[in-house]
Amino acid sequence: MTAADPASLARRRRADRAFQVLAFAATTVGVGVLGVLVWDVLGDGLPRLSWQFLTSYPSRRPAEAGIFAALVGSVWLLVLTAIFAFPIGVATAIYLEEYAPQGRLSSLLEINISNLAGVPSIIYGLLGLEVFVRVMRPLTGGRSVLAGALTMALLVMPIVIIASREAIRAVPESLRLGGYALGATRWQVTRGLVLPAALSGIFTGTLLALARAAGETAPLVTMGALTYVAFLPEPSLEGLRAPFTVLPIQIFNWISRPQPGFHVNAAAGIVVLLALLLAMNAVVIWLRARTESAKGR
Amino acid sequence: MEGGASTARGPFVGRPAVGPRPLAAPRLPRGRAGLLKAASARTRTRRRLAERVAGAGLLAATTVSVLTTAGIIAVLAFETLAFFRAVPLRDFLTDTQWTPLFADKHFGIAVLAAGTFLTSAIALGVALPVGLLAAVFLSEIATPRIRQVLKPLLEVLAGVPTVVYGYFALLFVTPLLASFLPSISGFNALSAGLVMGVMIIPLVASLSEDALYAVPQSLRDGAYALGATRVQVSLRVVVPAALSGIVASFLLAVSRAVGETMIVAIAAGQSPRLTLNPLVPIETMTAYIVQVSLGDTPAGTLEFRTIFAVGMTLFLMTFALNALSHRLVARFRQRYE
Repeated sequence: MTAADPASLARRRRADRAFQVLAFAATTVGVGVLGVLVWDVLGDGLPRLSWQFLTSYPSRRPAEAGIFAALVGSVWLLVLTAIFAFPIGVATAIYLEEYAPQGRLSSLLEINISNLAGVPSIIYGLLGLEVFVRVMRPLTGGRSVLAGALTMALLVMPIVIIASREAIRAVPESLRLGGYALGATRWQVTRGLVLPAALSGIFTGTLLALARAAGETAPLVTMGALTYVAFLPEPSLEGLRAPFTVLPIQIFNWISRPQPGFHVNAAAGIVVLLALLLAMNAVVIWLRARTESAKGR
Repeated sequence: MEGGASTARGPFVGRPAVGPRPLAAPRLPRGRAGLLKAASARTRTRRRLAERVAGAGLLAATTVSVLTTAGIIAVLAFETLAFFRAVPLRDFLTDTQWTPLFADKHFGIAVLAAGTFLTSAIALGVALPVGLLAAVFLSEIATPRIRQVLKPLLEVLAGVPTVVYGYFALLFVTPLLASFLPSISGFNALSAGLVMGVMIIPLVASLSEDALYAVPQSLRDGAYALGATRVQVSLRVVVPAALSGIVASFLLAVSRAVGETMIVAIAAGQSPRLTLNPLVPIETMTAYIVQVSLGDTPAGTLEFRTIFAVGMTLFLMTFALNALSHRLVARFRQRYE
């Protein structure tokens, strides 16, 4: 930066320009690939998508196979995962934000949760295989939708906890102090003031966690979700103990087969999966927009 | 816990008599004294009980995450110890073949580790430079409007399920590569690694951007005042100042690449091979776990235990990377707050 002669200045300007273009190009690489990916999948899968595809069970003949069992299985798994992960995750977040005494214990708990968030999903599959499929077989029925949902709940729990903590932390302190000043107990303040204010943020985080669960494949493969399911789980307690499959597993199975017909099915399955994720994200965006406009008022 | 209906109106559970006008009630000449009187001894006991129950319930929920960690370590350690009773640790670390599913069994983890190293190295070769440049663009160059459009788009990339990336790698990228690399196999580390790199870009970009964003504006202003251009300010002042945060994001990216499963299981193959050739089928640690899980290996056999030994190796590697990354972030925060 010493020489200020015109040649050096021009050179520096050129370098600056080049760098900005390069950085912009780097930012668009990912977006570009995303575009190509979506275009490729839609091109392969959209023609295959039909009412028949959505309502048929798997088959050895690609043209007759469908995604019905996997679609219903995914919905089951997500509902059950939410039932397990939401209350426990939110309660943990409340404990850490509102109850836990600041100190060594609470910072250890925090480190533990952030480490859990970084554990590869396939490791959760090994945990589920050993604990929920083998040890708890009398309860879960083995490789069942219940065992899958429990595994998935543990997997997404850190996401629910971290998102809920952020939502709870964003509640203004004045609200709590007001509650305490009126003589409310800690639980009354939490339940009556903090939770209602944080609820929309908590829902947003939970939905994002479920979107992650909807696309997860590895842990369910590891704990042994089936790839060929020609029935729906019964809507009963017994149905919870039945074998199951989900969209990503069905897609993975179709990709792994050599026949091109199944690859087309995989692409169509991906279109359905992406549509499901898009719908979940749309709800998140809507929730956020609602909260923001409520704050604006 | 207590009367749920009254909570809808406010925080004062179980005391509906006070209602919506607690303080201004003219019949209570001493204001709050009246309010306190309403909380009779019985109500107070009940409230204290509710408090106790709530605290205990929340604490119980918190132990679930502790138990999860304990469970992961216990399960992996239990099966891994059983594995090492049959296979000496020395062989595991030094053997150059991995053939647990054959008659002539060899258990050299180096073979799978090489596969993981190869796909991860390719992925990081894409994700680290591109992610960092994207972070610099978003934090230092982009106008708020452009940033508002590009950032969410990048985050969509992180939300795409990995099985979808696997499809893309196997059926789009590999055929594309084959058009100018005719010697490439249908399964290869290159295609899986490249696609995995794209998947990791948002992680690097978003965490590095947080680090860049936290650099005090005064540093930039100082450099601009000396006549520096934007590229000089970005690369010589802001990036070095944010270095520990950037390195932390790189470590998390490595951890993510090492633990990624579906892309490599689908597109990189299932042929354990000690090679650094990116054009031939290989097998990563995660892909091996998937391969054994898909077969019907009975529990309790040595083949079954190998997936836990491999899982333990994977867990230790990612744990070390994550722990290091968190420490760096903590140090970084201290410096600027």
